[in-house]
Amino acid sequence: MSVNQQAHTGPPYGQPQPGYQGYQQPAYGGQSLPGVPQAQYGAYNGPVPGYQQPVPPQGSLRAPPTSGAPPPASGASHPSGHLAYSQFEHGDVQNGIPASAAPMQRPPASQPFLPGSAPTPVSQIPTFQQYGAPPASVQQLRNHMAGMTIGGTAASAPPPAGLGYGAPRPPAMPGPPLPGQTVAGPPSSQPNHVSSPPPPSTMAGLHPGPPMSGLHGPPPPTHPPQPGYQMQQNGSFGQMRGPPPNYGGAYPGAPNYGSPPGPPPPPKRLDPDSIPSPQLNELPPQQKPRHRIDPDAIPSPIQVIEDDRNNRGSEPFVTGVRGQVPPLVTTNFLVKDQGNASPRYIRCTSYNIPCTSDMAKQSQVPLAAVIKPLAALPPEETVPYLVDHGESGPVRCNRCKAYMCPFMQFIEGGRRFQCCFCSCVTEVPPHYFQHLDHTGKRVDFYDRPELSLGSYEFLATVDYCKNNKFPSPPAFIFMIDVSYNAVKSGLVRLICEELKSLLDYLPREGNMEESAIRVGFVTYNKVLHFYNVKSSLAQPQMMVVSDVADMFVPLLDGFLVNVNESRTVIASLLDQIPEMFADTRETETVFAPVIQAGLEALKAAECAGKLFIFHTSLPIAEAPGKLKNRDDRKLINTDKEKTLFQPQTSFYNNLAKDCVAQGCCVDLFLFPNQYLDVATLGVVPYQTGGSIFKYAYFQLETDQYRFLNDLRRDVQKEVGFDAVMRVRTSTGIRATDFFGAFYMSNTTDVEMAGLDCDKTITVEFKHDDKLSEDSGALLQCALLYTSCAGQRRLRIHNLSLNCCTQLADLYRNCETDTLINYLAKYAYRGVLSSPVKTVRDALINQCAQILACYRKNCASPSSAGQLILPECMKLLPVYLNCVLKSDVLQPGPEVTTDDRAYVRQLVTSMDVAETNVFFYPRLLPLTKADVDSDSLPAAIRNSEERLSKGDIYLLENGLNIFVWVGVNVQQGLIQNLFGVSSFSQISNALSTLPVLENPFSKKVRSIVDMLQGQRSRYMKLIIVKQEDKLEMLFKHFLVEDKSLSGGASYVDFLCHMHKEIRQLLS
Amino acid sequence: MATYLEFIQQNEERDGVRFSWNVWPSSRLEATRMVVPLACLLTPLKERLDLPPVQYEPVLCSRPTCKAVLNPLCQVDYRAKLWACNFCFQRNQFPPAYAGISEVNQPAELMPQFSTIEYIVQRGPQTPLIFLYVVDTCLEEEDLQALKESLQMSLSLLPPDALVGLITFGRMVQVHELSCEGISKSYVFRGTKDLTAKQIQDMLGLSRPAVPMQQGRPLQTPQQPVISSRFLQPVHKIDMNLTDLLGELQRDPWPVTQGKRPLRSTGVALSIAVGLLEGTFPNTGARIMLFTGGPPTQGPGMVVGDELKTPIRSWHDIEKDNARFMKKATKHYETLANRSAANGHCIDIYACALDQTGLLEMKCCANLTGGHMVMGDSFNTSLFKQTFQRVFSRGYNGEFRMAFGANLDVKTSRELKIAGAIGPCISLNAKGPCVSENELGIGGTSQWKICSLDHNTTLAIYFEVVNQHNAPIPQGGRGAVQFVTQYQHSSTQKRIRVTTIARNWADAQTQLQHIEAAFDQEAAAVLMARLGVYRAESEEGPDVLRWLDRQLIRLCQKFGQYNKDDPNSFRLSESFSLYPQFIFHLRRSPFLQVFNNSPDESSYYRHHFARQDLTQSLIMIQPILYAYSFHGPPEPVLLDSSSILPDRILLMDTFFQIVIYLGETIAQWQKAGYQDMPEYENFKHLLQAPLDDAQEILQTRFPMPRYIHTEHGGSQARFLLSKVNPSQTHNNLYAWGQESGAPILTDDVSLQVFMDHLKKLAVSSAS
Repeated sequence: MSVNQQAHTGPPYGQPQPGYQGYQQPAYGGQSLPGVPQAQYGAYNGPVPGYQQPVPPQGSLRAPPTSGAPPPASGASHPSGHLAYSQFEHGDVQNGIPASAAPMQRPPASQPFLPGSAPTPVSQIPTFQQYGAPPASVQQLRNHMAGMTIGGTAASAPPPAGLGYGAPRPPAMPGPPLPGQTVAGPPSSQPNHVSSPPPPSTMAGLHPGPPMSGLHGPPPPTHPPQPGYQMQQNGSFGQMRGPPPNYGGAYPGAPNYGSPPGPPPPPKRLDPDSIPSPQLNELPPQQKPRHRIDPDAIPSPIQVIEDDRNNRGSEPFVTGVRGQVPPLVTTNFLVKDQGNASPRYIRCTSYNIPCTSDMAKQSQVPLAAVIKPLAALPPEETVPYLVDHGESGPVRCNRCKAYMCPFMQFIEGGRRFQCCFCSCVTEVPPHYFQHLDHTGKRVDFYDRPELSLGSYEFLATVDYCKNNKFPSPPAFIFMIDVSYNAVKSGLVRLICEELKSLLDYLPREGNMEESAIRVGFVTYNKVLHFYNVKSSLAQPQMMVVSDVADMFVPLLDGFLVNVNESRTVIASLLDQIPEMFADTRETETVFAPVIQAGLEALKAAECAGKLFIFHTSLPIAEAPGKLKNRDDRKLINTDKEKTLFQPQTSFYNNLAKDCVAQGCCVDLFLFPNQYLDVATLGVVPYQTGGSIFKYAYFQLETDQYRFLNDLRRDVQKEVGFDAVMRVRTSTGIRATDFFGAFYMSNTTDVEMAGLDCDKTITVEFKHDDKLSEDSGALLQCALLYTSCAGQRRLRIHNLSLNCCTQLADLYRNCETDTLINYLAKYAYRGVLSSPVKTVRDALINQCAQILACYRKNCASPSSAGQLILPECMKLLPVYLNCVLKSDVLQPGPEVTTDDRAYVRQLVTSMDVAETNVFFYPRLLPLTKADVDSDSLPAAIRNSEERLSKGDIYLLENGLNIFVWVGVNVQQGLIQNLFGVSSFSQISNALSTLPVLENPFSKKVRSIVDMLQGQRSRYMKLIIVKQEDKLEMLFKHFLVEDKSLSGGASYVDFLCHMHKEIRQLLS
Repeated sequence: MATYLEFIQQNEERDGVRFSWNVWPSSRLEATRMVVPLACLLTPLKERLDLPPVQYEPVLCSRPTCKAVLNPLCQVDYRAKLWACNFCFQRNQFPPAYAGISEVNQPAELMPQFSTIEYIVQRGPQTPLIFLYVVDTCLEEEDLQALKESLQMSLSLLPPDALVGLITFGRMVQVHELSCEGISKSYVFRGTKDLTAKQIQDMLGLSRPAVPMQQGRPLQTPQQPVISSRFLQPVHKIDMNLTDLLGELQRDPWPVTQGKRPLRSTGVALSIAVGLLEGTFPNTGARIMLFTGGPPTQGPGMVVGDELKTPIRSWHDIEKDNARFMKKATKHYETLANRSAANGHCIDIYACALDQTGLLEMKCCANLTGGHMVMGDSFNTSLFKQTFQRVFSRGYNGEFRMAFGANLDVKTSRELKIAGAIGPCISLNAKGPCVSENELGIGGTSQWKICSLDHNTTLAIYFEVVNQHNAPIPQGGRGAVQFVTQYQHSSTQKRIRVTTIARNWADAQTQLQHIEAAFDQEAAAVLMARLGVYRAESEEGPDVLRWLDRQLIRLCQKFGQYNKDDPNSFRLSESFSLYPQFIFHLRRSPFLQVFNNSPDESSYYRHHFARQDLTQSLIMIQPILYAYSFHGPPEPVLLDSSSILPDRILLMDTFFQIVIYLGETIAQWQKAGYQDMPEYENFKHLLQAPLDDAQEILQTRFPMPRYIHTEHGGSQARFLLSKVNPSQTHNNLYAWGQESGAPILTDDVSLQVFMDHLKKLAVSSAS
């Protein structure tokens, strides 16, 4: 159904515009660019062959899915094809439009086919061409897209393509399609392009599989119309199916449309059509190209992920080679450190950096590294070795102070070394001297981690410590809101109960017997209560500080204590806190003084540490940092919208600065029942490297498990304090911009009061000189921090990248996930200073430029109507669309200001894996899970049309897990999973799945547990019944669909992107 | 009537009043020529065991500006049931309760022997006494331990229903909540920040709950405010708790680095104590008892910085204007004292340290509120322990010897006006027709508030005769003064004591001998001394001495008998004979001389001088010296160096010190151990006698004097040597060439020299 609907929806051409806020229609006009001559394309191909080799394997992998499989082989020959593919699909869309095609199209339109697809045989041709082109340039192996791949294959081997083609098509589009095909064939000036056909095949094969089945005609009898429809789509995919028929509705010319079986339900889709528009102008008015693009024909994230997993998941990733692109974050792989930092620590947007800034500017590809310095490693990988260079401290370059690393060049028999970053020659200190072997390597090369590994740690000397004093062990201070709301909701009791056991799991270093971390306790409402829990006391003592205007710590001795020594006193305290405040009537709270109190306590104790603040409400009590409710939804989409993300007062910025200076990290647990201004409250946690956890409308029954899990993990996780990070680079580029949760007092040092294993910093680089292809570009990230036992250390991560003089090399070594990570953070920071619309436009524009540059410089010449995407970036549009549709950049009516601020800050310290799933959630058909194996069911794309009424799906984005239950799910499954007998009895209120003894329930729960384990936060489980109220919320996460808040569907956006690109090219 | 001496004594016994003049000069001009002002020493709560309070309320004059109390001097028309006010002559109806009144059926207040009478007022809520301990924790371990024990002990001395509270301070100030169980709870304040009363009350959570209480149970208002219950609790409820809490008190935990003083937030602690009571029990009898072991070193009211290398201010610094913190600190404590006094709360200061503790700056807290000031070397001395215990001593009837919130109203007949008062009081700014424009002491009012007083508390009240020279005094007319003291008795009853006295007028020109004979030189000496000490607080020492000298000379000129320019002819009548000697000793006293005294000591001495009764004041001015010897029974001897003889034991009582001094020979005997030999038992008795007498003095004195047992040549003998009249010094010793007495190494003039000068000046026609 959904499919149909979509197709139809897009009624009048013009209308759609309003729907897409993001798009600017005017752009369309520009479009005139005729396709690039095919010839060019050919030229391009030339190079291709060389590249291709890698491809083959992929092809093979792919095989399984589709009948089309065969194509893979062909694909091998034209790896590039894949890329082209994806692009091609897009291209198709546009293709339809091309002038040449136009005339042709019409006819098809008139044909009985269903609207979208069939129509443009002619147009197809062009698409193909494009196809070919891209492949050449791109050549990557990328098989990700099923559809794509197929295409690729097809291209290479026309015949197979044909087969594939034929297979699918027949069903769908009888007459018309053929023509198209035929056409395609010929145009084949580039065989590769054949693609068009293949796609179909793939579609057929792949989709039919799990996800599609429901949707596709075949299986579901329920949707009669679909078959036909889909077919069309398939056929169309190749090209623009779009224009055709459906639109017809819009134009007079296409009366047929109306008739089409397409039955498409009429929902309106605002659609995509905009994309084609340019051509519209050119076309006869009647044509109003409204095309329906086959969703299966456009690049599929699922396919890309699957392919990478299959191709690269099996072998360890060995980091010895410069400029290697690591597997995707969604792939499980082992890392062997052979001189470069693991991608778990550093990922780059590109592993091949343009040699000159001109090139970089031209491509517009941001050069950025996403660094997670304390990343947790799987048990199979070893944590960085600790190196002690003795009293004189780590060996460093005299000039740039870079630390000894595998890229340092030893010369003069090992008496000196030349810095790999600045080329300065430094004497090797006598105690560090070692002879070189015949290859110039030091004899002790393999004995020293700093010479042979990409990541390692140095023991810091006292010179690296604050005030030239070795640090004291850090402290954790738990600060609990005991105002009326917190007490009444049971939160206070819950926290106190949990702390009793949790305190035994404080992080400890290595195999130390007990944690060195001391703990302290504060409760507060309008005033603060400190507790003396000195071990010698029989009873804890409470000290109330009501002078919140001028906070201070009332006691020294007995506030921060060793857990084991003060165990009984602490237990007694935790028992009494809930009782003491059981009948409190205080509803007002303070906030800034709470942080100040913790800060002062750490100052007094002369140590770094972390505050765990449990807070419930907007701090309106009279005190510094007092806030007012300034939430105003009317500001949305105005120039003042940015104020919603900015803190109300600069007070917290100053406080954060003080906190950072002391090494006081703040973790904030929020339990709001209404607006509490996360944007302001979050300033300190954010700038101190802390985390914010938010549990809106906290209910003990449903949320306690999630909260406790988060708390446990947050308390236990590995953490460093008082950290300073600096990124050194080869001469030629320089770290210029930083994104993440930290504070910077100058332009180079990233300061974090605390840094845990989940915090990620994105660093952007810019050229300040030329790089050379020979030496490549090196990064060294040095993190100076205090370990949880109070040891001062330096963690060093090194990474070597290639440099290129050809743009094609750049595009070939990019990583879209990292790119999205960067772009999202960039955009999310942008909303602080610019109107959201400006930010969105800038994002679109930058991506368009990136793609246009590719098209212009790397892709083989082809019709302007073709959308050609680099293989590495073929998911860029879909992911970018997800970013644009996110709550921060395009809030729906149900999204609160706090939510947006919360997400904004959250994303800013996410790593690549987290942003990946956050923007493109993982959707798993649970009913397809194999109960007997450990594996997850294959994910499907985030679109409603992929859902079947008869199935149960799970969707996770790192914050939430939805379990969607179709209305037609078999009762047996419902019984097995929920323990109730019918659909209607399933409760929305469940926060966990009932524990039932049957394979299905076990399997589902194990899947949920596994997912929970993968994420740094415990995700909220929400049961969504189809056609229930909550479904709206769920649909929000089906990011390929058009969103209620006006976000474009994938297809629409792709069209828009294409239009933008064309505009740039023209 | 017998002698004036008897008259005076009788009056003092009955009314607790001693006037400088007992016959009053009838005109303003003459009064000023008398030199010593018309004034009196009033002991408002003079213990009167023979005076049972009456259980009704006084009858007041109906004139709103008068409101004098019906008294024996009033004319009563028994038939018309009217009485005439003897101050304003208003005729008043007796109230209905007096219907049965007649010549033979008089109410007590009309009987002459009830010139002083005490009424018990039954109206109004009775609030329990309140004791708020404010305890310094920056003490040495031993000191703190001793203090804790004293405090714990004191709980048993308090009336069971009294409310107690505890504030401790060091670097921070902690207000302890006494009601909680399990966890001990306290509110902590930064020691460096001054807070307004409102802020303090907000921070202690005292301001808000009052509202719901009233709404919730509007009928229950008469009960004591519940809001305060967290910090002030009845002793009987929480004495166990509080005992434990005190027991657990630790020394201030903040580290004190080498070369620093501990940070002590006395100023803020007091401020919080005052604020707490102000918010919870305004106008109720309450004692804030400050125990401090050193000077305030931070925050408002700091007296000295925390650097040990900068010593606390000395008189020298003050003269050189080098006392950086003094003015600000003084201002701070004055503000507190005034607030506290306005609410009827008193502040006691118990300062025990070897060095100064800032009493100079804090003195007003005790002075203005009637609180005690106790200075000692350590809390671990019997001086402190017994003094503190004596604060809670009870009278013969088992009642505490303390009263609170007294309001003294003075009414005078028309010929007199009130110039002011000196004593532990503050002005209530009650203007009225009987208030003089000329101020002596705390003037400009006819009413004063004395927040805390006991049976010895004595005020000096100064009057001015305003009758014009030519205006006739009614024949046989008498001037009258009425003292009305309303106060909260320690039993929490509200009482009113009324004393009405009258004195004859006399025309100084014709009846000077009457006036002269009725001069009370003891009272006059004390009254002049109070004026002098009061001046000394604000003026330079030498100026005060000059003023005092001039007054003395003028008095001698006025009342001496002499031939001009013939010093040898100078004579003073008996009623004036001792006066110059008092003034001589007063000039040398620590009240006016700061040499050899720290500013704190001066403040301490002056504090006590300004509140003790006449007898004690005289002892302070001129210490008493007794001699014990084998030559006869113990006898008082001249306070003179000539009294220091080798075979005598001397006992000197200076009020602040009790010195037992063994003469040279006696000391040698004692060393030889004669007292242990049975055959010299009489020597043993001789040694014992002064000890017993000293003990007797110690028993009754508050504060406990410093007890000094010394001997000839002992270092402590300086206490004696500095007091005696230096009739023999190193300068004149050989000139005198006599064997008796001991020379004093001083350049001070002796009494003889002083008198010689006085005579010379008095008779000089030049002056």
